[in-house]
Amino acid sequence: MRKVKPARKLGRTAAHRKATLSNLSTQLLIYKRIETTEAKAKETRRVVEKIITKARKGTHHAQREIFSALRDKDAVRELFEEIVGKIGSRPGGYTRIIKLVPRFGDAAKMAVIELVDYAEAPSAAPVAAKQDRSKRVKGSKKAEAESQEKEGGEAAE
Amino acid sequence: MANPKAKMSKSRRDKRRAQYNARTKAAVTVLCPNCGEPTLPHRACRHCGHYKGRQVTGKIVVA
Ligand SMILES: [Zn+2]
Repeated sequence: MRKVKPARKLGRTAAHRKATLSNLSTQLLIYKRIETTEAKAKETRRVVEKIITKARKGTHHAQREIFSALRDKDAVRELFEEIVGKIGSRPGGYTRIIKLVPRFGDAAKMAVIELVDYAEAPSAAPVAAKQDRSKRVKGSKKAEAESQEKEGGEAAE
Repeated sequence: MANPKAKMSKSRRDKRRAQYNARTKAAVTVLCPNCGEPTLPHRACRHCGHYKGRQVTGKIVVA
């Protein structure tokens, strides 16, 4: 019997889903780490791992196929000129998903998805962590004081 | 038609509503090995964004 490969629909039409995953993949290739919902992260993983594997062939044909999926010249260039070289001989598993605490507001499960080969070294200067956003909404003075401290600290460095 | 015989007092109303979440269990938390704040297990710390000994939130700066 014909079986459908299980995949999340993400509450979107096929075209909308395709666009969403294309956008997320593009952003991941450019920024190396993106924050999104757990479901979208896991679907993006399926898409982007295949794209990266294809890119490692390095052929003009592969490049055109990937461009037709991403529609973003900068991302394709980054992928072929930087990322492929950085990956080396890694046999798949180019991405890593780390769960985050639920999003403030709708308690959606959140996660970061990152390119493994870019994430090993501890990254500098944490940019406004997720929790700051929720604190800002509440407008607590403590959060304001904390964020001011952080800004002051970053400026001092 | 069915109708309430008497007004529901604020006290009765609030006592009923007090039970809505009364038996909700508190979330399991662990203490972050990096900053010591309570946070959820198997997730990046909500306070400092560390997981497995490294920062996992924020931008990746490509050298
Ligand atoms: Zn922490």
